[in-house]
Amino acid sequence: MKLGFLVDLDLCMGCKGCEVACKVENEVPLSSWRLRVKYVDQGVYPDASRTFTPLRCNHCEDAPCEQICPVSALHYLDNGIVNVDKSRCIGCAGCMMACPYGAIYMDPETNTADKCTYCAHRIEGGLMPACVVACPVEANIFGDIEDPLSNISQYISKDKRVQVRKPEKNTKPKHFYVGGGQAQLNPLAATREDGYSLFSNITHLKHIGKAH
Amino acid sequence: MVEHVQNINNAVVTLDVALPGIIWGWMITLNMWAKSIATGVVLVGGYLFFRYKDEKGGVPGIKTIIPIVAFIFLNIFLLFTLLDLHQPFRMINIFLHPHFTSAITVGAWMASALTGIIAYMSFLVVVKKNTTGLYETLLKWAIFLSVPVTMYTAVIMGQASARELWQTPAELIQMMLAAFLVGSATLAFFSPKWSKEAKRDLAIILGMSAFLSFTIYMGEYFLSWKLAEAEATMAYVHSGGEYNMLFWAGQIIGFILPAIFSFMATRNGSAPLLQIAAILSIIGLYMAKHVWLVIPQLLSLS
Repeated sequence: MKLGFLVDLDLCMGCKGCEVACKVENEVPLSSWRLRVKYVDQGVYPDASRTFTPLRCNHCEDAPCEQICPVSALHYLDNGIVNVDKSRCIGCAGCMMACPYGAIYMDPETNTADKCTYCAHRIEGGLMPACVVACPVEANIFGDIEDPLSNISQYISKDKRVQVRKPEKNTKPKHFYVGGGQAQLNPLAATREDGYSLFSNITHLKHIGKAH
Repeated sequence: MVEHVQNINNAVVTLDVALPGIIWGWMITLNMWAKSIATGVVLVGGYLFFRYKDEKGGVPGIKTIIPIVAFIFLNIFLLFTLLDLHQPFRMINIFLHPHFTSAITVGAWMASALTGIIAYMSFLVVVKKNTTGLYETLLKWAIFLSVPVTMYTAVIMGQASARELWQTPAELIQMMLAAFLVGSATLAFFSPKWSKEAKRDLAIILGMSAFLSFTIYMGEYFLSWKLAEAEATMAYVHSGGEYNMLFWAGQIIGFILPAIFSFMATRNGSAPLLQIAAILSIIGLYMAKHVWLVIPQLLSLS
């Protein structure tokens, strides 16, 4: 069994239900996120549009974070999940430097690295990840990518638009996207103007290094 | 903040979470800098010792200088490695639960072994006052271990897949050159009573290391990149963004001026000139290393 995630960006409406559910389920501290929804605006008025892209750990088959972790705090589970053992983490931040997707954060309360685990604790009990349950439009599709009959495998085999983030990194992500394009998945393809995001002018975390 | 090299259809990120700032900052720079001095003194000092030990004049005091200076700077390196951890008391896990695919683990083990050897050499010099036999055997082992200890940080940077600017072959060479540069620079302060030949060797090592380091940095700075994120990072520095001034200050103070002064010192044997080159290279290397460490972290990864 190899668990994977697929987000249908055509369905996602940016409600952030998944983000909130993840926060609550995993008691993610303030100023930290395991899963977040990025808004990207494209085009020029009146021909403008807004897209929504949930971003989380990609649970790569060749995970750079697992390789660089000096104490195996980041490790693979048999079902393919890249899990974190917070009690072992020394807080060297090597994983944060290695993850090409910026999916790992330093928990300001425990001073250890943390990230999305596909809700490994829920899966162990036969439950779906919290974000999957919370999604009102079933844009988050989760399941066994080695089972050809699973919903996610059907999606991957039928939809020609399935893609992963940064395939050139050769990390073999197990997190897929349908719909969307470079502007959503490639950070270099969209302008990120400091201080001009909707709702917030806080652009950098102060508890991790200095702002720049 | 480094951003958009290929903005598609006026795409703008209009809502996202706050991003982490500089994750590996000045403590890691200090770590690399101090390690370069420690291993550089062992490598260059070891060369001078075996090259001139039987010659008249030679390199007096080198047997004491090598272990004492290396011991001090290895401990600075280890102290700041520890302080930079968010859970410093769990450092022991590297030995209790080692994960040997990680260059951090391999490096920590090798650096610990080197520190042990250097500590025992210091003990032999300071307490036992015996620098024959075992001392020379330990020195050979220290020279041997200094090579991987110098280079393992480059392997860590190579394993940091998110930072494309750090290319493993180039970083490996830069780490070795940095060790030769500041190793010879540190020894230059002890060199006034050394033979003319030994001083000339020091000046050549310092000058060549500075020149080659500068050449590689310029290659990375000006020649085209095949990786989009590295290209974006360099384009940001090129365009006069943050760290542009520090980058050039590091290159001039750390490499260009020391190369010129040390080549002049090889011609006229001037010890003060060599020491000026030494001071500049020790300061400039810190600046150059810091810029190279920080700039790829300005890039948003998502």
